[in-house]
Amino acid sequence: MEKAFNVKQYNGFYFITCLCLFILYAPLLIVMIYSFNDSLSITRWGGMSLRWYYEVFYGLESEKFKLAAWNSLIIALMAATIATIVATAASIGMVRGGHFKGKSASFGLISLPIMVPEIVTAVATLIFFSAISFKLGVLSILVAHIVFCIPFAYLPISARLQGIEASYEEAAQDLYANRWKTFWHVLMPIMGPGIISGFLLGFIISLDDFIITNFVKGAGVETLPTAIFGAVKQGIKPNIMALSTLLLLFSVFLVTLSYFIGRKGNNLKTNK
Amino acid sequence: MAIKDAISLEGVRKDFGDFTAISNVTFDIADNEFFTLLGPSGCGKTTLLRMIAGFEETSAGKIKLYGDIIENLPPNKRPINTVFQNYALFPHMTVKENIGFSLKMLGWSKSDINDRVAEMVAMVKLEEFTDRKPSQLSGGQQQRVALARAMASKPKLLLLDEPLSALDLKLRKEMRSELKRLQRDTGITFIFVTHDQEEALSMSDRIAVMSSGKVQQIGNPSEIYDTPANRFVADFIGEANLLNATIQKIDGEKIICRLQSGQILTSKSSSKVNVGQSGTISIRPEKLIIKKQNFKGQYLEGKLGQSTYIGTDTQFEILLDKELSLTVRMQNSSLTSENYKNGDQVFLSIADDAAWFLLD
Ligand SMILES: Nc1ncnc2c1ncn2[C@@H]1O[C@H](COP(=O)(O)OP(=O)(O)OP(=O)(O)O)[C@@H](O)[C@H]1O
Ligand SMILES: [Mg+2]
Repeated sequence: MEKAFNVKQYNGFYFITCLCLFILYAPLLIVMIYSFNDSLSITRWGGMSLRWYYEVFYGLESEKFKLAAWNSLIIALMAATIATIVATAASIGMVRGGHFKGKSASFGLISLPIMVPEIVTAVATLIFFSAISFKLGVLSILVAHIVFCIPFAYLPISARLQGIEASYEEAAQDLYANRWKTFWHVLMPIMGPGIISGFLLGFIISLDDFIITNFVKGAGVETLPTAIFGAVKQGIKPNIMALSTLLLLFSVFLVTLSYFIGRKGNNLKTNK
Repeated sequence: MAIKDAISLEGVRKDFGDFTAISNVTFDIADNEFFTLLGPSGCGKTTLLRMIAGFEETSAGKIKLYGDIIENLPPNKRPINTVFQNYALFPHMTVKENIGFSLKMLGWSKSDINDRVAEMVAMVKLEEFTDRKPSQLSGGQQQRVALARAMASKPKLLLLDEPLSALDLKLRKEMRSELKRLQRDTGITFIFVTHDQEEALSMSDRIAVMSSGKVQQIGNPSEIYDTPANRFVADFIGEANLLNATIQKIDGEKIICRLQSGQILTSKSSSKVNVGQSGTISIRPEKLIIKKQNFKGQYLEGKLGQSTYIGTDTQFEILLDKELSLTVRMQNSSLTSENYKNGDQVFLSIADDAAWFLLD
């Protein structure tokens, strides 16, 4: 009998796996390690220290970074919230709305922005804003972020909704719930994990965005990524590494959270 | 009309595009009745139920609940509740919250909800499970929650779409009498959907037999079984020997027919018939008696074929001629020690009311 395919029996399986993981994570690891470096140099090791973390919070540039971080958080929170609301409504319309003309075209249009090169979207957004004389600033960043967060939030939310049988909503209506109560008491709690995943995905994407933000932010307004970029242009200092490490840990935390929420929600089945 | 019918359907039709799933269904269901829709898969039982519940719009016809026209009301405005085939219990709510859901939606006070939920929980014997989620319950327990949830608001009509089909045989039989008890105790009118004829015959006050979107016959279980309205009903309910026949003579109630094999048989019918018409004679296997000697009275002659032992009964095949054979079922306890051998010459005794004539 032929042996079942098992990737482990190939020579060098563990070596290749480790090599790939190393190539993927080495740059991140180096940044993390050197963020604890006591020396001013970014390449020579000068002993363990937390001085660059201190620098991030209390150093010369700390006010700038704090303001940028604050902008980033507020924008990400609001953009993700609004995008999630829009994406939830869109999912319900698309998944539960029955058949309508141009349904598949609508689906394509919702998810297309994910595939469009970001630089194109950035340029187009900037041109659009100046065409309607929209003042560049925090508000223009927010509007742009809401728009590009919608497709990302839409994907997990609509996937979740597709997995929910329509009979729950019918049961709720049968038991005297109107449309709104059906959504509030039955559909939304069951969709919950998808909605939270969509929100977190939108939040991370917004927090992390550089290209579009850089185009539409206007003079003097910074988010964390644009502030970091601005600082790096004058030469990489170890405090950037500390800041990047903090941002990385925060993102990892959010992704992990999203994973566990998604997994918890997977036991949808009530009946065998 | 002293008492209003619980629900009446007048010429109800449902089209899906070009396909007519329900055509011209008309019937009335009395208050407090256990009414069953019985029919093969795809005949439109669920569609009809969904129109009564309000999940599907009617293409034509009227639906009245205690005299009020309801076919234009949304489901949440109809005092009709459904036990879904897959139960559709809310997975994020406990048993208690599931059962109390309709009351909460109707705006009952917390203490009233608690009282009614406790009453319902006791009625379906789920006292130990009130704080569990549906996923922590067995299929039979989920079924009881679904029943309690649908009955909590004391609806005027309860619709049950094959509620027992997901349960194993033993539990299904238990739930049959349980359902009857619940219906008697609550006095709620039930419309019960099944494709299991045994379920239908044992539980219902009346049965509507459906096929391809039409009601074939409505009647109580013995009417449906003993006096089927047409060949479909005779064939679908229980087992039946169906023989093509032509009417030769009519003598009061007696319809004297000639079978294809040339033999003459006396039958009865509920339809208006004339000499010369052709149709089908239906004979239930248990109404035939095998005798070894010929005797006075109506009989058919044949040869004994296969016999099959099926526990309480034995089933025999009797060959009337090369092509035509009849199935006979006799209780083993009533069989004498005479042994029946393949190929034996036998006489089938047919009582006057055993043969039932159906017009084609
Ligand atoms: N939404 C729909 N669109 C088109 N056709 C439908 C729709 N719903 C049901 N039908 C058709 O209507 C017919 C009746 O379906 P229905 O579900 O009422 O059957 P049923 O008697 O409940 O069968 P079962 O015993 O298998 O549940 C079927 O032929 C089905 O294909
Ligand atoms: Mg059905």
